Amino acid sequence: MVLKLSDYKTDVHNDWCPGCGDFGIVNAIQMALAEMNIPKHKAAIFSGIGCSGKTSHFINTYGVHTLHGRVLTFAQGAKIANPEMTIVAAGGDGDGLGIGAGHFVAAGRRNVDLTYIIFDNGVYGLTKGQASPTLKLGEKTKSLPTPNTNYNVNPIGLAVASGFTFVARGYSYDVRQLKDLITAAINHKGLAFLDVLQPCPTYNDINTRDWYAGTEPTDDAAIKTHARLYKLEDSGYDPVVHYSEEAELNEKLSQALIKSLEWGDKIPLGIFYKNEIITEYGGRLADKIPNYLENPPAAQKISSNGKPITDISKLLDSLQV
Amino acid sequence: MANVDISWQIGGPQGSGVETAANIFSRVCARAGYQVFGKREFYSNIKGEHSYFTVRVSDKKIHSNVNDVTVMVAFDAETIFRHANEVVSGGAIIYDSDIENIETKDVHTLDTYFKARLHKYLDTKKKNYTVSGFLDLVKENGVNLYPVSFRGILDGLAKDTNNPKLKGMIRMFNVLGVSISLGLLHMSSKQLFESIELIFGKKQKIAEINKQLANYAYNYATAKFPNFKHSLAESSKQSDTILIQGHQGTAFGKMVCGCRFQAYYPITPASDESVFLESHEILEINEDRPGSTVVIQTEDEISAIGMTIGSALTGTRSATSTSGPGFSLMSEALGWAGINEVPVVITLYQRSGPSTGLPTRHGQEDLMFAINAGHGEFPKIVYASGDIEESFYDTGKCFNFSDIFQVPVIHMMDKFLASSVVTCKRLDSTKLKIERGKLLDKIDTNDYKRFAHSEDGISPRSKLGLENGIFWNTGDESDESGHITEDPIVRLQMMDKRLSRFSQILKYIPKEDQVVSSGIAEYAVVSWGSTKGPILDAIEMLKKENIHIGFIQIKLLHPFPTDLVKSFLKNVKTIIDIEANATGQLGLLLKQNLGSEIDHYVLKYTGRAMTCTEIYDSIKKILANKEQKKVILTHGA
Repeated sequence: MVLKLSDYKTDVHNDWCPGCGDFGIVNAIQMALAEMNIPKHKAAIFSGIGCSGKTSHFINTYGVHTLHGRVLTFAQGAKIANPEMTIVAAGGDGDGLGIGAGHFVAAGRRNVDLTYIIFDNGVYGLTKGQASPTLKLGEKTKSLPTPNTNYNVNPIGLAVASGFTFVARGYSYDVRQLKDLITAAINHKGLAFLDVLQPCPTYNDINTRDWYAGTEPTDDAAIKTHARLYKLEDSGYDPVVHYSEEAELNEKLSQALIKSLEWGDKIPLGIFYKNEIITEYGGRLADKIPNYLENPPAAQKISSNGKPITDISKLLDSLQV
Repeated sequence: MANVDISWQIGGPQGSGVETAANIFSRVCARAGYQVFGKREFYSNIKGEHSYFTVRVSDKKIHSNVNDVTVMVAFDAETIFRHANEVVSGGAIIYDSDIENIETKDVHTLDTYFKARLHKYLDTKKKNYTVSGFLDLVKENGVNLYPVSFRGILDGLAKDTNNPKLKGMIRMFNVLGVSISLGLLHMSSKQLFESIELIFGKKQKIAEINKQLANYAYNYATAKFPNFKHSLAESSKQSDTILIQGHQGTAFGKMVCGCRFQAYYPITPASDESVFLESHEILEINEDRPGSTVVIQTEDEISAIGMTIGSALTGTRSATSTSGPGFSLMSEALGWAGINEVPVVITLYQRSGPSTGLPTRHGQEDLMFAINAGHGEFPKIVYASGDIEESFYDTGKCFNFSDIFQVPVIHMMDKFLASSVVTCKRLDSTKLKIERGKLLDKIDTNDYKRFAHSEDGISPRSKLGLENGIFWNTGDESDESGHITEDPIVRLQMMDKRLSRFSQILKYIPKEDQVVSSGIAEYAVVSWGSTKGPILDAIEMLKKENIHIGFIQIKLLHPFPTDLVKSFLKNVKTIIDIEANATGQLGLLLKQNLGSEIDHYVLKYTGRAMTCTEIYDSIKKILANKEQKKVILTHGA
């Protein structure tokens, strides 16, 4: 059955602020699912807490709106138990890089085959605009009483350093590119991270839509406005690790880290790093449990007519006195 | 067969093989047909601190340790300083003769507090602060001393076998200590060799050397110490008996009842269970391809519970296993499982708190915490096992309760159970049932709602991946589909739906699974969890003196089986509450739910498990003096 974009939409009222960057991300996820024609019951959207946490309610697949900072833990448990599911986890930058930073790093090391999208807007919107982990040191967004006293996290750099095997950045107002990135992330065999720059029109008055477009009003008439965002693919950048050679791997990792530091006048979008040579977690499990992929936890038969069918007699024999 | 009831204890620095020694000794006794109850005590330390193992051996069913030690083996001076006083008159101390001149000040792991108490004691007895000073004292008390040059034995063996390498193999002191003990106790050596073979099994060379040493030391003891009055010579083979360790009961339960996913973060005393599950991750399935338990070591306990819930959403029976500090971290997610009606099992191996507390010691301090964990009001079950054998069957029940009522279940275990080694009847999987409640395998309609109202308040449950079964979950209040709502009336309906689970639970769970009572008399002990063993043994001791005490073991602690407990207490005049905590938490529950006042408390919170001797003594004390409101127990180093 061919599914249409509308099949992936729910009729739940969306209460995000007008002009919110989140809309573009939800649309891009729905477009990607439709393009890939993933059966609705074979996909699950997991989300964290905050404005972005509501994402799962707007998409007509299984939807699991979890706890603040913990979305990756729930999502990994589900994927490991049922590897047939297509799983997309979503959350804000505060959710994933503040309260959930430990899980972010640990998830990278595991490389479970799922997609994690961070709605990156530099503020905690739903609690009225406090500074979030990606806001730069010294910046003062609208509702901060004083400038931000913390240095910012570099989400792309952190993902590369933690072991994510697909690391990319999108922009919420470029829905077409975002859809392509989400599709590539879902198709990637391993843990894919997508940092989505997502202006918060209500609380972040610095990184606005105009700012990203380079058309923000400025006091200095001499400054020529230009778009800050550019696409890595247009610059001949090759993010893919092609061979299992340490030298190439290190080169690709370093290149991604260096690119992740670009900010300000030139902000790269697209895929920073992609490595399918490293085995995803399911493959690691299959190395020690040979039939894990054909007979994962969710598929296993555990009883027959209400009686257990697991035979522990050999283990008990070894304890027999 | 004569009445056999001896207690054997071995001590030494952590890492010196105390555990292996106890393992061999327990196995030898069990194979010889005796009942065994062993328990390990250890510091939060990898190497060097004092650790000891006490194994009680009897020809009758036993459920606990006693205070008195019959035979003690000391690898080091610290064991003498800490335990020599526990050895009973007519008992024995086997020790390395090289340690006789060691003074308390030479033993750096002997902490100041203990040293001060010991010095004070030795002063009153006019003894010097050396091993031989202390041993003089116990000798005066009728204890037989058996100094053995451990190195001398190794030298002898090295010479006999023409293998000079053996001289330095002090790692084998453990086998040496066990072999001397068994010789002293007149036990046949056959079981000793078989047990060494079993334990060192795969390492043939090591097994061989150890057998040579065992033979040499055993013969040394039988030749040199032929007249020790206690004996383990007689025995009879028991059928269908296994020697099982504390963490294995719940682990086997999980395998058999179909738990296929466990996430955990390392913590004492819970992680042995997860490691055991992972060591045996591939499972044999009757008439089917192999199954498996996927065990994930997570970055913290928050992740462990999150992954467990995620896995449970796929319809997989899923669990996590932890101790107090880890459970504290899990409490937010517990509420999420509660509001989303997700069946998960949390095996809670309690230890002493608060905070890190005594990380390797025992306690039953988390009853109230387990009941009240998580903010807001939601249904959950708190269920406690009394011993290792019970914990196997209870694990199966916990998963059934969890599936049937779609609630998180907290299965209360503790350090005492975790670090015990006991003989018990071979576990019988055919006694377990698997009931999955309203879990669906197929949905034909297209109007499925995960939280649909129903007569019993429990909705048919879909799982991730099921066609037509799409649902939404959220930690927010939600409607029948699982979408967020703040509507006051829907809120009321959903709260009532979830909380109606409490009465369903009390109605459904068989009474004998809720509360176990025996010998109800004018006096009754009420308790929960691992105190069961020492209580049963103490009651048996009192029975011999014609003192009859009833026992009410409460297994279902939340929701509380008020009416059932009330009916058991109807004719009881005096209630004695026995618990391993300082505040008498079960007593508080009885007060809350029944309005019953506890007449007497027997409490222990030193971090050491109760012995039956202590309970026996305290009940006698209470019977003799009704004014004794509270007895605080302190036995154990």
